[in-house]
Amino acid sequence: MIFLDFFFAFLIGGIICVIGQLLMDVGKFTPGHTLSILVVSGSIISGLGWYQPLIDLAGAGATIPITSFGNALTQGAIAEAEKHGWVGVLTGMFEVTSSGISAAIVFGFLAALIFKPKGKAN
Amino acid sequence: MDQQQYQQIEDQITPPTPYVKNVLKAFLIGGLVCTIGHAFTYFYIIFFNFTETTVGNPTAATMVFIAALLTGLGIYRKIAQVAGAGTAVPVTGFSNAVVSAAIEGKTEGFVLGVGSNMFKMAGSVILFGVASAFFVALIKLILVTMGVVEW
Amino acid sequence: MVILFKTKPSILACGSVAGPEERKSVFYSYFDAVVEDERWNQKTNEQGQAKMIQEACEIIMNKANLKNLDIDFFLSGDLVNQMTPTNFAARELASSFIGMFSACATSISSLIVASLLTELSASEYAIAGASSHHNATERQFRYPINYGGQKPATAQWTVTAAGYALIGKHNPSLPSIVAGTVGKVIDYGEVNPFHMGGAMAPAAFDTITAHLKGRNQKISDYDLIMTGDLGKIGLKILKAMFAQTGAQQNELDVFRDAGAEFYGEDEAYLAGASGAGCSAAVYYSYIEQQMKSGRYKRVLLCATGALLSPLSFQQGETIPCTAHAIEITME
Repeated sequence: MIFLDFFFAFLIGGIICVIGQLLMDVGKFTPGHTLSILVVSGSIISGLGWYQPLIDLAGAGATIPITSFGNALTQGAIAEAEKHGWVGVLTGMFEVTSSGISAAIVFGFLAALIFKPKGKAN
Repeated sequence: MDQQQYQQIEDQITPPTPYVKNVLKAFLIGGLVCTIGHAFTYFYIIFFNFTETTVGNPTAATMVFIAALLTGLGIYRKIAQVAGAGTAVPVTGFSNAVVSAAIEGKTEGFVLGVGSNMFKMAGSVILFGVASAFFVALIKLILVTMGVVEW
Repeated sequence: MVILFKTKPSILACGSVAGPEERKSVFYSYFDAVVEDERWNQKTNEQGQAKMIQEACEIIMNKANLKNLDIDFFLSGDLVNQMTPTNFAARELASSFIGMFSACATSISSLIVASLLTELSASEYAIAGASSHHNATERQFRYPINYGGQKPATAQWTVTAAGYALIGKHNPSLPSIVAGTVGKVIDYGEVNPFHMGGAMAPAAFDTITAHLKGRNQKISDYDLIMTGDLGKIGLKILKAMFAQTGAQQNELDVFRDAGAEFYGEDEAYLAGASGAGCSAAVYYSYIEQQMKSGRYKRVLLCATGALLSPLSFQQGETIPCTAHAIEITME
């Protein structure tokens, strides 16, 4: 059911964003605090083993929100810890480099070469 | 007039945060961003032989690229004013934070400006992502060693 | 603390320059110059801002038929760290210079000092004023220009503009400065850097009240009391404060705010304009011209400033604010 697949991507992705919006509006957190909280939450949910089922259900609805960054790093660390024990906890995180970060660095650099910030309201 | 009286006047006049409207907009636009991402996962699985477990990386990179472009053109900021967390929480928001800071630093040169400022806002996300991954894995390792849980 | 200027120094000439975005301002037609490029064809925003300040001063000198060396004092400030745009502009001007910082209230604090120097006969010609640059200010106080942070309805838009006035001996046919009030620093505990109007309104209230009391005046003695950049919401709060102390509706109508009106009703600018250049560019163009034309006989200009820094905000400090007022009359 391809429709249902997209529906869950939309639903779960939207819900995670709503949690972020509530943290900012009701919790009065800055965007920086909000995103940090979400990343840590993703990490903890991952440790409990609940993030993968979320990805299975929602696909990009769970991998696109920043929570998945916490999940990816945690899964990396846990997988290596399973193989190599204590040392793996440290080295595991470096195995799973997030493509989001490296892509942002590369495109950020390229954008800085091309663009100039412009202060226009509309 | 003391501080408390003033607080009353200020609260009366300051327009309240439109919670419902903001949440609705964040849900719709955030959901839409993820749906677009989901379309890319199909694209990469069908045309580039990615599997469901490996498709996360090219998808995120593509979304990051689109957000970088929109940031440079000054469009992302305008969408974000409407979307709030709907564009801040997806990985596109991470891209926007990195790219906007990078562009901004250009006048101070590529090392002192772009390089040093790039993670001005996104840095905390990386710190807490890595640190929490470390502690969660450590706790899991301890629990497994103690025999409380299994891998 | 009210200061009376017995010699009534006059505003001999004004110069105002604004950036491209300020074409959308309702005060646009009153500005002397509007530049197409927001960096004034310089490499950086900060250099552009220095250029903008220089240009405003040159306009004044042309109007008054003066040269650099005729200017005894240059009193000015801006919002950038260590006020480099102003300092760099002063390097080109080559007058005696005091950099002044009262955040967005600098447009008036500089005028008070210039009037004092004129009153003392220490200065024949002094240029006073302030400027702000949207890009240079936002990146320092808030987020990078292209960062997608959702701003609340109380947020204001920092203008790119400079406004300067030439102060000299009394001339009965020109707007003249009769009194001024140096404000205290008032802090009612506001912590939200996106609600400057709410933070600054108490300071404006305090200074205006002190001025009226010190001068033994009523609100209705004025044709206009114009605050600097409280914005739409801050102006409403200020009016509510005066209403609570017994001011009637016709008295409340005397109050206007440069920031609230600057961009008209355009919602893209949320609660309106802000920045040291906002009040300066409006006071030293529109207000001066309206006084010269005889529309206003007695005006109280009260510029407000939020004395925060990005560090003080991150360290969880509240936002202390100040307001300085100057009373201008036209005979």
